Formats: sequence, structure tokens, C-alpha cells
Amino acid sequence: MTATEVRQKVLDIIADIALDDDVTTIDDGVSLREQLDLDSMDFLDIVMELKKRHKVEVPQEDYPKLATMQSCVDYLSPKFQALA
Amino acid sequence: MSLSPSYDAVVVGAGMSGMAAAIRLAMFDKKVLLVEKHSIPGGLNSFYRRANRNLDVGLHALTNAVPKGTRAAPLTKLLKQLRIPYEALKLSPQTHSLIRFPKATMRFTNDFNDFDDQIKTHFPQSTQGWNELVEAIKSFNETNLENEYESAKDKVATFIQDEQLREMIFCPLMIYGSAWEHDMDWSQFVIMFKSIYLEGLGRPEGGVRTIIKLLTDKLQELGVELRYRCELQEVCTDQGNVKSVRLNDKRLGEILIETPLVFSSAGLPETLAKTQGQDSITARPGSMSFTETILFMHKTPNQLNQKATLIFHNNRDHYQYQKPEQLIDDQSAVICLPNNYHEGTSEFNEGVARVTFMANNEKWVSLSEEEYKREKEKVTAKAIALVSSYFNDSPEIIYHDTFTPKTVTRYTGHFAGAVYGSPDKSRDGTTATNGLIITGTDQGFLGIVGAMLSGISMANLHGLQGGRL
Repeated sequence: MTATEVRQKVLDIIADIALDDDVTTIDDGVSLREQLDLDSMDFLDIVMELKKRHKVEVPQEDYPKLATMQSCVDYLSPKFQALA
Repeated sequence: MSLSPSYDAVVVGAGMSGMAAAIRLAMFDKKVLLVEKHSIPGGLNSFYRRANRNLDVGLHALTNAVPKGTRAAPLTKLLKQLRIPYEALKLSPQTHSLIRFPKATMRFTNDFNDFDDQIKTHFPQSTQGWNELVEAIKSFNETNLENEYESAKDKVATFIQDEQLREMIFCPLMIYGSAWEHDMDWSQFVIMFKSIYLEGLGRPEGGVRTIIKLLTDKLQELGVELRYRCELQEVCTDQGNVKSVRLNDKRLGEILIETPLVFSSAGLPETLAKTQGQDSITARPGSMSFTETILFMHKTPNQLNQKATLIFHNNRDHYQYQKPEQLIDDQSAVICLPNNYHEGTSEFNEGVARVTFMANNEKWVSLSEEEYKREKEKVTAKAIALVSSYFNDSPEIIYHDTFTPKTVTRYTGHFAGAVYGSPDKSRDGTTATNGLIITGTDQGFLGIVGAMLSGISMANLHGLQGGRL
């Protein structure tokens, strides 16, 4: 799976959670929390959706790796690859 | 008795918190059974239809009515958690509301500066204390599940010396959610202060039905099994753990459902009384109950020269928030005029006024059927007289209905007609029984928004994260 595809999968999840936010203008290098109205409850939802939709598990100690879109893609790509 | 298949969780009560909890659990593939003793959803915030008119129970106003896109607000938080877009609420803000005491009347709107100005105009000597109080409230984390109980009356008195001002600030906050008489828990005071004064009041077009429909549609979309006329009989336990629930299903009769997890919105004492091996005396039944009279009028309040959305009426210098000694306390009331929400008027072709009095459940329960009818009529007459005092002309009443604490108990099963639950809360939702979780008003969050957040956070904490705080 390419980085673009992983990004799209993460973006789909974020769009479903932050459903009143505009997710088309996300700056991949900037913290998601700063750009969108996401709190810790919402990050837990991102983690749970990753597991539910893609069977990708994120242990609690790795939650900080979901801080920006770029770090999400960097961190999750190998996990998606492992499943492919 | 037939043995039914097992569920990951059983949610008791299809009110705001129970529906929200069931949605969250089902969203992450838990197999959920939601049971409701009444034949319709909503619980304490429900609806009925009489004489071709839609009547609401509860929901004078949706608190926390922030505009779309407000960050980190309870309302936007819960909408995201339930995956409901803001627009679906079709929320109209209040015009303004009044707190009317004998010596002063103050108004507030959804712009906090208006209330701030009113306080500084009416109570200039309290300005500094007021500013400090507001700062203390803004910086307090009221939803921390580990907060200790603390008297809000004592705490506010350290900021504001003027008793009249304190009473006026407390009045709307208490009557819209306090299970304690005379006082509130500081955390609950902060919840209510933020949700009413700082964030504001609104009404979904269509009233409580709109919110309930959004929730039931979600439940359906997620495939949650929802059974009406299905009442919890007993939570069965084994060595302190939930093992199963015994239900009385009007259609199927008595059934036993195996489950390790029960989320109950039936109230803390009400739930403990039905749980094996639980001492029901550990939580007291609530004492705050109310009557409500709903009046349909030939003219709208606006046509009768009243533009306020809510009027917190109090005829005493003190605000006596307590179970009255008589059937009702006619010296104090809340009047809700739902026509007077901005843009919310198109659904009504008549004027509507709702009048709420504090009521004494035991007095109502002890009446004979004939006395009950007669007393209800007296309450209606008092409600009409009170509302009329705020109009420039007597309204012609086309239709009216009054419900009492008895009605509340009949439809919701809450002991003593308690509307805000027990004075004893379970802040983290846990009980002495493993797997038995309390949601809704007895978990300690208040109002419709609070109830939904309670269901969400308890489902997250105990159903999805395995109880890790």
C-alpha cells in the first residue's frame, strides 16, 4: 500500500469523526489537534476505527505518533504493509 | 422462562444517556440490547400527542447551545462521538431569558457579556467577586470523574457577599438540574453555569422529538436491538460480577439474558434495588419533582407582548429550592415560551406556554382519584394566572394538560417522581457490583447534553476501554 493510500484511509476516518470540520485543507506537517476540533476522545476513536476497519492496532504508548498526518502515515504504513 | 442468547452489554432505559451509550457500544461492534419499559423512547425527555398537538416532556431548552464550529464544547464533543452533524439538530438560540425576583429582574442571552453587564448594573459592588467567580468556573475541570463533593453555596459565598445576587445566579442552575435541595455540588454548579450562562440555550426545531429521532435513527443504522415495553426485573450476579439480567418483556414474557455488562440509566437507587446482593439503602431516592402545565393559546407570547424564552419566576427574596410542603410551591416557577426561540416559530400555529412548579411527590401520591383531578385543575389555574401576569392581555386557552410527579414515576420508573435523580451520584459510574454501570443523571452529568455525554463517556470507559481512566 502506498503512502497516499494510507493517508486516504486515515483521512476517511478523520472525516467521519470530525464531520463538521473541513478535512481537505489539512497541513500534513502540523498537529491535527491544532487544525481540527479533535480531543483525546476523538484520538481514541481514530485508534478504534483503525482496528475496526483495517485490523491495525495502535498500542497506547504509540498514540503520540498520530499527532500529525505525516507522522500517522509514517507510523501506520509499515503496519498496513504487514497486513497486506 | 426461556433462555435467550447472550449480549456483550445490556443497556437499561432508552432515554438520552441509554441511547447514547448503546450507540457508542454498537459503533465498535459490541452486541447490545437496549431495553425500555415505556412504549416510546426518551425517558425523562419524551413526548406525547393529545388533541392533534405535539407535547414535549422535559427539554425546555437544550443547554450548551454553542454555534457550529465552537471548539472543545460539550455539544460539539457529543455530536462528534455520535457522528451526528451539527446542522441535523436545527438549533435555534433563545431570544433572552429572565430571572425575576421581587427586588430585581436580570436578563441573560447566549452572549455572556449581556449577563455580565446585567450583574454589574444591578450589583455593582459585587463586580470584583463576580469576575473572580467566573474565572474560577472557567478554569475548573468539572468533568473530572475524581472531583470531590463540595458545597457550591459555600464556595460561591467566598466570592460574592451579596446574598440576593447569589440566589439569583443559583435559581436557573438549580431548577434545571439539581438533585440536592438548597444547594448543589460545586462540580454540578460549574457544569450548569457553563452550559446555561456561558454557552447558552437553544431549541431544536421540532423540540425533543428531533433529538430522539436522530438517536433512534443511529440505533437503527447500527443494528441495535431496541425493545420497548421491556422492563428490568433483576440484575443477577455471581460473586460480585454481573451474570445476567431478568427482563419482563410485554411481548415475550419473562426472559433471562446473559451479559457481563449492564449500563443502567434507571437511576442509582432504582437500579440497586433490582440488583442481587446490593443494599438499596446506599443511595437515597431523589426528592425534587415537578408539575408541568402545557398551555396552548390563541395568541403567541410575542403577540401578548412577551419576548422572553424562559422566565425564572420567584416571589421570595430567597430562592427555596426544595420539596415543597404543599402539593406545589406556587411562589416559584419556570415559564418556558417555545415560540420565542429565534426562527423556531414556524412549527407552531398556536401560542405555547409551559409552566413548571416544584412539587411534593408524597402529597400527590396520597390523593384520591377525584382529589387528584381537582388538584391538577388548580395547578392549571395557577399556571394560567402566572403566565397571564407576564402578558399584556389574558390569553385564551385552547387546550391544556398538566402532568405531576405521579406521571413521572408511571412512565419512567424513577422513585418518588424524581426528575434529577438521587442526591447520591456514582461519578465514575461504578457500583459495588462488577460490570454494573450507572449512566445518566445519577452518574452526575446534568441536562440533555449531560445525559448524552454521560452515556458516551461511560460506554467509552467501561465498555470500550475496559475501565481504564
